[in-house]
Amino acid sequence: MSEKKTKRRDFLFTATTAVGAVGAAAVVWPMIDQMNPDASVKALASTEVDVSSVNPGNTITVLWRGKPVFIRRRTQDEIDEARSVKMEDLIHPEKDEDRAKNPEWLVMLGVCTHLGCVPLNDKGDYNGWFCPCHGSHYDTSGRIRKGPAPWNMEIPKYEFVNANTIKIG
Amino acid sequence: MSEHEYKPKSKVGQWFNDRLPLLTLANHLTDYPTPKNLNYWWTFGGILTFCLITQIVTGLTLAMHYIAHADMAFESVEHIMRDVNYGWLIRYIHANGASMFFLAVYIHIFRSLFYGSYKSPREIIWILGIIIYLLMMAAAFMGYVLPWGQMSFWGATVITNLFSAIPLVGEGIVTWLWGGYSVDNPTLTRFFTLHYLIPFLILGLVVLHIWALHVPGNNNPVGIDIKKPSKDTVPFHPYIVIKDGFALLMFMIVFAFFVFYSPNILGHADNYIEANPMVTPAHIVPEWYLLPFYAILRSVPDKLLGVVAMLSAILILAVLPWLDTSKIRSAVFRPLYKQFYWILVADVLILGYVGAMPAEGLYLLIARVATAYYFLHFLVILPVLGFKEKTIPIPLSITEPVLGGNPNLAMAKKKESKIE
Repeated sequence: MSEKKTKRRDFLFTATTAVGAVGAAAVVWPMIDQMNPDASVKALASTEVDVSSVNPGNTITVLWRGKPVFIRRRTQDEIDEARSVKMEDLIHPEKDEDRAKNPEWLVMLGVCTHLGCVPLNDKGDYNGWFCPCHGSHYDTSGRIRKGPAPWNMEIPKYEFVNANTIKIG
Repeated sequence: MSEHEYKPKSKVGQWFNDRLPLLTLANHLTDYPTPKNLNYWWTFGGILTFCLITQIVTGLTLAMHYIAHADMAFESVEHIMRDVNYGWLIRYIHANGASMFFLAVYIHIFRSLFYGSYKSPREIIWILGIIIYLLMMAAAFMGYVLPWGQMSFWGATVITNLFSAIPLVGEGIVTWLWGGYSVDNPTLTRFFTLHYLIPFLILGLVVLHIWALHVPGNNNPVGIDIKKPSKDTVPFHPYIVIKDGFALLMFMIVFAFFVFYSPNILGHADNYIEANPMVTPAHIVPEWYLLPFYAILRSVPDKLLGVVAMLSAILILAVLPWLDTSKIRSAVFRPLYKQFYWILVADVLILGYVGAMPAEGLYLLIARVATAYYFLHFLVILPVLGFKEKTIPIPLSITEPVLGGNPNLAMAKKKESKIE
């Protein structure tokens, strides 16, 4: 008799705690999720850039989603240099052909993959970019070659709308 | 707690105290028996309380004029400096107050390390202290972001990016912290909110820190357990109050020197340039009080391991009471520990120095050696030393070495064996 009563009580305790935990989680989630990017931030998804005035060997920097994007019109030397690197020499192996579909144009996030600084143009041991914060060297394809950064600089989603206009995002 | 029952003198006092025993608490705090040999290194608890209150009061007044918005924050800080009555004074006290707070907390921590104040039965006091220290770093970091200058922006970018080192969820966490795809207005407003909240969390933890202290009572330079109250103790008021007050005045002279004569010497000129997400300053350096940990971060070539090493350097302190195996608290009676202690002090200062220098060449090499030694001290030297070290016999009471002139080592040894 008493044993049966205890079991019933145990069930009620467990069930109440479980429902309470689910309820608490349901209340906590909105409090956490409110910190994620809001609708207005997400709405700024794409930017169109006119690149007609960029000469070979020059880089322009545009802001996309609050981050700098490098658009570089590469010289033939830079393209050759980027394409002649052996895959086994790379920290994060990626072919230049995959990073720059149109070899003349390199479009990538100008954000060091170490801790997010903006690397400097035409600097470093590999004629590409150099991050002044903690000394990461990138090559002419924006690939990490030396220093603490773990990955190559990221290639965003982009397309050529026409010969002179790039749409990022 | 003092053993005797406290009874207020007046009828009204008794009536009130029976309903809310605040007067009993006040009586406990004034009568609190304190070791009579406390030196000036013990005055930094009081100084830190002063620092916390200074930061809260100046912070509240600044918040009446500051605007937490990416387009207006930089301008509103300049408005405080130029237009608000005494705004320059309040802001300089607040900005330099953060440095003074850390100066005092480092002395307070290194005092504990020298006199073994973290050892049984004071582990909880110590751990509460480490949590306060972590919160102080969080508050200081977020406060530094609020003026929205170049160092604010890029400091925030670099520090929040530390979380991207976490495998799989790292990027998601960083986006969540930012509230966007880069440090921007949502980041600023949440940092302002948290910067406002944390000092009050610290205040609550300080109450717990002092409560936990009042259970076993203060450690002391000799590091032995004493009877309380006894001829080895004095009441907190007036003896310690006066001593703390004098030390606080000396501290305030240093504080005032920075505020009035070189208010920007501890800051970075780059932070008087408004935040620009397109350009990173040539040389990003955190505030001086975070430099040793920054040096540890940079000395490891791998991103994730660098972050892990930096966090471990702080969290290792929390388990210090169990890493130090010696039963003797005070370094006065530990000839070997005393030497390693000073080597550690030098090691941390060296880390601080190389943390401010570019991470290359000789600096990087020094940073790596100093980082390795830092961990060696806590993980190898301290545990081994407790077993190997031949300590000097400790006196039986605080009074003994004072009244007996030179301590009679043979006598002390005899007594020591008696208590064991």
